Amino acid sequence: MAITEEPLALTSGEAATVERPLGALTRPKGGNGWRDWLSTVDHKKIGIMYGVAAMFFFVVGGIEALLIRLQLAAPDGQILSAEVYNQVFTMHGVTMVFLFIMPLAAAFANYLIPLQIGARDVAFPRLNALSFWIWISGAVFLNTSWIVGGGGADCGWFCYSPNSGLAFSPSHGVDFYVIGLQIAGVASLISAANLIVTVLNMRAPGMTLFRMPVLTWMLLVTQFLLLFALPVITVALFLLMFDRLFDAQFFNPETGGDPLLWQHLFWIFGHPEVYIIILPSFGIISEIIPTFSRKPIFGYSFMVFSGIAIGFMGWGVWAHHMFVSGIGPFSVAAFSLSTMFIAVPTGVKILNWLATMWGGKLRFTTAMLFAVGTVAMFTIGGLSGVTHSLAPADSQQTDTYYIVAHFHYVIFGGGVLGLMGGLYFWWPKIFGHCLNEFWGKVHFWVILVGFNLTFGPMHVVGLQGMSRRIDTYAAGYGFEFWNLVATIGSFIIALGVLIFFFNVWKSRRDAADLPAPGPDPWDARSLEWMLPSPTPEHNFDTIPVVESEDEWWHRKYGYDENKRVVRIATIEEAAQDGSATGVHLPAPSFWPLVLALGLPLIGYGLIFNLWLAVVGGALTGLAIYSWALEPVDDPDADHGHGHDDHHDDDDDGGDDHAADDSEPVTAGAEGGE
Amino acid sequence: MATATIDSPDTHAADGHDEHHTSTGISNTKLAMWAFLGSECLLFGGLISTYLLYKTRRGPGPDNTTIPTDIFDIPFTSVSSFVLLMSSLTMVLALSALTRGDNQATRAWLLSTAMLGGVFIGGQVYEFTSFLREGVGFTHNPASSAFFTLTGFHGVHVSLGIVMLMSLFVASKQGKLTPKNTETVEIVGLYWHFVDVVWIFIFTVIYLIPVE
Amino acid sequence: MSETLTEPHVDHDDAHEHPSDWAYIKIALILAVFTGIEVLTYFESALPIFENTSVTIATLMFLMVVKFYLVATWFMHLRFDNKIFSQLFVGGLILATGVYVIALAAFEFWA
Ligand code: HEM
Ligand SMILES: [Cu+2]
Repeated sequence: MAITEEPLALTSGEAATVERPLGALTRPKGGNGWRDWLSTVDHKKIGIMYGVAAMFFFVVGGIEALLIRLQLAAPDGQILSAEVYNQVFTMHGVTMVFLFIMPLAAAFANYLIPLQIGARDVAFPRLNALSFWIWISGAVFLNTSWIVGGGGADCGWFCYSPNSGLAFSPSHGVDFYVIGLQIAGVASLISAANLIVTVLNMRAPGMTLFRMPVLTWMLLVTQFLLLFALPVITVALFLLMFDRLFDAQFFNPETGGDPLLWQHLFWIFGHPEVYIIILPSFGIISEIIPTFSRKPIFGYSFMVFSGIAIGFMGWGVWAHHMFVSGIGPFSVAAFSLSTMFIAVPTGVKILNWLATMWGGKLRFTTAMLFAVGTVAMFTIGGLSGVTHSLAPADSQQTDTYYIVAHFHYVIFGGGVLGLMGGLYFWWPKIFGHCLNEFWGKVHFWVILVGFNLTFGPMHVVGLQGMSRRIDTYAAGYGFEFWNLVATIGSFIIALGVLIFFFNVWKSRRDAADLPAPGPDPWDARSLEWMLPSPTPEHNFDTIPVVESEDEWWHRKYGYDENKRVVRIATIEEAAQDGSATGVHLPAPSFWPLVLALGLPLIGYGLIFNLWLAVVGGALTGLAIYSWALEPVDDPDADHGHGHDDHHDDDDDGGDDHAADDSEPVTAGAEGGE
Repeated sequence: MATATIDSPDTHAADGHDEHHTSTGISNTKLAMWAFLGSECLLFGGLISTYLLYKTRRGPGPDNTTIPTDIFDIPFTSVSSFVLLMSSLTMVLALSALTRGDNQATRAWLLSTAMLGGVFIGGQVYEFTSFLREGVGFTHNPASSAFFTLTGFHGVHVSLGIVMLMSLFVASKQGKLTPKNTETVEIVGLYWHFVDVVWIFIFTVIYLIPVE
Repeated sequence: MSETLTEPHVDHDDAHEHPSDWAYIKIALILAVFTGIEVLTYFESALPIFENTSVTIATLMFLMVVKFYLVATWFMHLRFDNKIFSQLFVGGLILATGVYVIALAAFEFWA
């Protein structure tokens, strides 16, 4: 990976004479036109793009969900054929997991990690851009199967074999699933390595690991989970791809293949994946709740260690998804036990959030409402999770709507609500104006009501025996009423989402007439709030020297003789004003985008015509080569090093070389880019 | 997680000599490479486990019942395994030569590493074609699919390594590889040695351990 | 093989001295000898003891682990470098071993 991209051509001092690579694309300069977005390597712009794209796919997945609910609103639904129904629920799940929640979490990770640790950018800014472009080309590729692949994948989001084989799924949908997820996986893998290095290596002076905000911690654990879980699903996807495209014999039972192998590989990835989904949200509400309780997080180290514990234990429970797959009594017993244990660290977190709020001066802003909603809804989902950790109970529940209820309470209730809260919380930091609080609260309550109306009843019909993934049900089993309620609920959720978009639009329009939010509208605790809103391009004027956990809070507040909290500085005094000029930043580049465009071509090529794959491969190769020859810094750009007034070992966020020209820059140090 | 070993940034900022300017004092690229190699363990682990699970699964017949273990040519594979193993030695010697600033030797060792890798790949091509001749093809049975997938993945890794080595060689020819770039060579070396240790595992577990 | 690291490194990876070429060559020789023994197990007639499959497997696994260890610690420099590298790599190794050994156990592979 990283290695082939070494800018070998670049030894020190030589940069100024390097020619424009190939002359095909002239080097972009910073700015805000569309070209600048396409070529940006700024972690903040990349974060915003992740967020916008994720919301787009939220709408796509949401429409698919509404189609499902319309079909099931009444018995014998006629809206979708059985085949299309299979495609719609599969693509709904895949879209929501891989194209909505994960990228939305990536948006927060990209935007916030460098700010929270006091860095100017991530460790490898261009690789960061690459991750985004690869991810989105995979996402678009996956969805084009509706148009050119004869429909979406129809094997369920976990795509069990043999359903996923050519015999039962002859259209190209599953091929698109397999290759699309591989492409998106590459993106997440690069990004995971990048962010791990960022957190470990780019921290401001004094920012020890145990002074990092809980959000950064949870995102770090998430990146480790991604780093180790993605290769497992990559193996599974390759095997399935070889089966489907090149007649390999991995999952065909007739020739000795074993469908259970897919299940194991998928869930070895799949259970860590559910923590990949939930931990960012846990991190976000761990920032929101202390801020609006005006108390430090209760049990910081418990919070961190329970997150790490979840990260470890998440690897030992995967076969609880396979209790009825015939894995043998010993495996069932072992995985049943380990699953019960994993509820412990999760419970610790819930208790800590409650204890943080206990006795605090609570302010129920929209962000806080979402955070509290997250805790409540996640608790319900966690409890139903414990009910199916008991294998005998799960044998009744599995493949029924009870499971659907469980994972929506954890994923939507625990994951999505938290991320929404994060949007309200950091919106002013990102866009320079707050979201409207009134409409925000309407948004929250509508979503909360809709959510419970939709997924609460699924517990009931599930226990009544309604199986999941059926396209219709007959009248007379007692399923009618609660299904109708669920459908109504789903449209209420849709209304809530529309209210959110309306709020985005309205808040932006009104922003001009309202006072600016200033650096720190919520009286918050971590470093990003010491920057002006929106965050200036160079992040910090001077890199802060960190002295404690909740550093920003301690710059505003101290204690008097009676140990009472007193203000020691106003926000304006303590904050930076963003006025530094000429800070040395990594230069933009088009090559990440070009490189990423080659991958879907390879994908189409594998499916339709190998020549196309050759073209895609050539494009990718060309991009890698040009990237390697493109100096990390634009030789023509005027950096104005003279104004660099900040501490000497914290320059230019990303590529670890000194801004000081007198110090030789080694190409190797800029390597992995 | 490696919390204990990370020295705190403030003590770190104090010692002026550090050339990397990172919180841990270690280079970003090298850290990323090791993270990547950690991740690769799970990739190869999955492929190896798949092969182990399937290694004796023959097709229902009549012409797909031969499995790779029936026709392994151990002496041949031993030689090519040995070649790959020794390429790790030439790789460290290249790095060591570069550290000394001996460009001539660096190039010689880089080239020999790439060539040893090439011999290994050549051996693999020969092995694959002779398997095909003996009726063990990729599509014949689970054992053969798994075998070709595992060794093929490894072969692709070796080939990418050869491309990197040759890029280094060319860069050195152009005078662009100086002792300042040792880290680049070191990182390519890490990748190369990793591919080698994977083969150490494969050679023993897939080829040498007898199948009942 | 101990002429290298006399002063243990403290924090920074560049603080150490690299082993001499001769040390590397010695490691390679050991690796070569081990590989030779591995190959010998294939020729059962070479040493009668290898007619016993368990002995063969135990020997092979032992030699493999030692070879793996030598390459990782010497050629990949793990023994001289910052611990965090070892932790990342060993973390991946242990995790991979753990999950896949358990997965294979679920297929009764070890039975
Ligand atoms: C207290 C913690 C949890 C426990 C004990 C638990 C337990 C379980 C069990 C045993 C199953 C398998 C049920 C079956 O298929 O028969 C399951 C399914 C599922 N869980 Fe959880 N879970 C927990 C938390 C979570 C979290 C945090 C998430 C996601 C953020 C999640 C997402 C899912 C999903 C997506 C499925 C369904 C997969 C499918 O079959 O399609 N769970 N859970
Ligand atoms: Cu699970």
